[in-house]
Amino acid sequence: MRPDLQLIDKFISPGSRVLDLGCGDGTLLSHLQNNKQVTGIGLEIDEDNIEQCIDKGVDVIEQNLDSGLANFQAGSFDTVLLAQTLQALSKPEQLIDDMLRIGRYGIVTFPNFGNWKSRLYLATRGRMPVSRFMPYEWYDTPNIHFCTVKDFDTLCREKNIRVLQRTVVDSEHQGSIAGRLWPNLLGEIAIYHLTREQ
Amino acid sequence: MNASQQEQSVGIVKPERYHFDDALTLRSGKVLASFDLMVETYGELNAERSNAVLICHALSGDHHAAGYHSENDSKPGWWDSCIGPGKAIDTNKFFVVCLNNLGGCAGSTGPTSINPETGKHYGPDFPIVTVRDWVKSQVMLADRLGIEKWAAVVGGSLGGMQVLRWTISYPERLDHAVVIAAAPKLSAQNIAFNEVARHSITSDPNFHGGYYLEHGTTPKQGLKLARMVGHITYLSDSAMRAKFGKDLSHFGANFGRDLRSGTLSFGYNVDFEVESYLRYQGERFSENFDANTYLLMTKALDYFDPSVDYGGDLSKAFANSDCKFMLMSFSTDWRFPPERSREIVEHLLQAKRQVTYLEIEADAGHDAFLLPIPRYIRAFSAYMNRIHRELTANAS
Repeated sequence: MRPDLQLIDKFISPGSRVLDLGCGDGTLLSHLQNNKQVTGIGLEIDEDNIEQCIDKGVDVIEQNLDSGLANFQAGSFDTVLLAQTLQALSKPEQLIDDMLRIGRYGIVTFPNFGNWKSRLYLATRGRMPVSRFMPYEWYDTPNIHFCTVKDFDTLCREKNIRVLQRTVVDSEHQGSIAGRLWPNLLGEIAIYHLTREQ
Repeated sequence: MNASQQEQSVGIVKPERYHFDDALTLRSGKVLASFDLMVETYGELNAERSNAVLICHALSGDHHAAGYHSENDSKPGWWDSCIGPGKAIDTNKFFVVCLNNLGGCAGSTGPTSINPETGKHYGPDFPIVTVRDWVKSQVMLADRLGIEKWAAVVGGSLGGMQVLRWTISYPERLDHAVVIAAAPKLSAQNIAFNEVARHSITSDPNFHGGYYLEHGTTPKQGLKLARMVGHITYLSDSAMRAKFGKDLSHFGANFGRDLRSGTLSFGYNVDFEVESYLRYQGERFSENFDANTYLLMTKALDYFDPSVDYGGDLSKAFANSDCKFMLMSFSTDWRFPPERSREIVEHLLQAKRQVTYLEIEADAGHDAFLLPIPRYIRAFSAYMNRIHRELTANAS
């Protein structure tokens, strides 16, 4: 399983209801269904991914996140996930609002554009960074809303969203003491556990 | 039946008549004292009796869903694209049951049957049956076959509505509901088309208030017209352009305006291929289908609305539907477009039900659910395989 998905696992309580926005091939939900007895539904638009979800016994709804989540009722899930998808949304702020309306908890993971490698890449080459985690050129990237850990912290503060836990990891998905000290500089992937509850 | 048709086919099948002496009280309050159901089955029921799949037919369907009735049959059952060995509903894995619904005209008790009280054809006196009544009779059939719980109940269009009724009235008797190209209830436009169809039948001079069989005739013209109108609603504009637009002008596509004989007649006969096609389809249908059954089926469609018992809130209707749901819709279906399936999905989500939903890109309109569209068949197969895996896992 993708290491960032393993990191998500610890935030999910056994037997809970989980909505996975952009669930991919259903790997995480399948894992959570089999190991934590969660009831899961995924949203996905890629045809091949949808078929792989069905193959895995994961319920999946063909729905574009950019069309909103009005069909989901407030409080109808325990946790709503958004893994590595935030940066590809046309209205990420609206979707985060929706997430925390539908779910008691939200989990958001995204590639941290403030990582020193991106900064160095841009500073030395003067071009948009391309790396293993951001493998696209600027003109063909689905990622239209990159942000940094600092940016996301600010958004949460402005929207009065409570950050229960923030983890950043490097490309090996290892956390470190230095990463805790300078998350925006050293973290390559950020994982946020959020709630509206105070 | 040729060699390629034999491959992946259930082969020669024989319908069976089941007689029921138990009275069936219908939603209208009327009672059918006894009735017959015509049934076909494909595949083998396993020892645990857990691999049974019920197929519910649509407006003009019947019990003959797959295979052939004889060596000389040129056309297989109406859903042969999806039922057979190695097909989406794999008869090597599932025991498949399909019946002609009450009020039908393919052998089950309906308007063309003899009314035991009068010794004459029921005709228009056959009580109007609803989706709820059909499902009630399907439950009686399940009891007779010794099937306590269906692995899945599956249907498209009006068939999908029967599946929804199963999940609401008999949730304990199915594990999965597969609902294809359906709607939670008809729209005014849907009812309007049905009304045109009914009006064309009842205004045929040979209709005789529905007692046409007593007069030794049938309202053939009316039924033909009804089918022609219906047929337009099953196809999409793009499907018709493709089907009737094979001649390319120097501008490219001709919008489906192929001419029958290459030139305009400047009269009121058939000029275009589409006219000829509709006439042919209507003609063939009117020879094989009963007009009273057509009237009844359209009413069953119009009356379908499972939310009525729940103050109009469909999500409340699904409160106890703890089976799993799989829905599919087709992009160019304008009879029951994707929005209508999404409505069902939304209410299922409100009821906290487990649901999988796919929107298939397809040109063929409402008819797409009967066609071997690759993505549709792949997803359908994957879901049916999942059902089979679950039931073998439960057994071990």
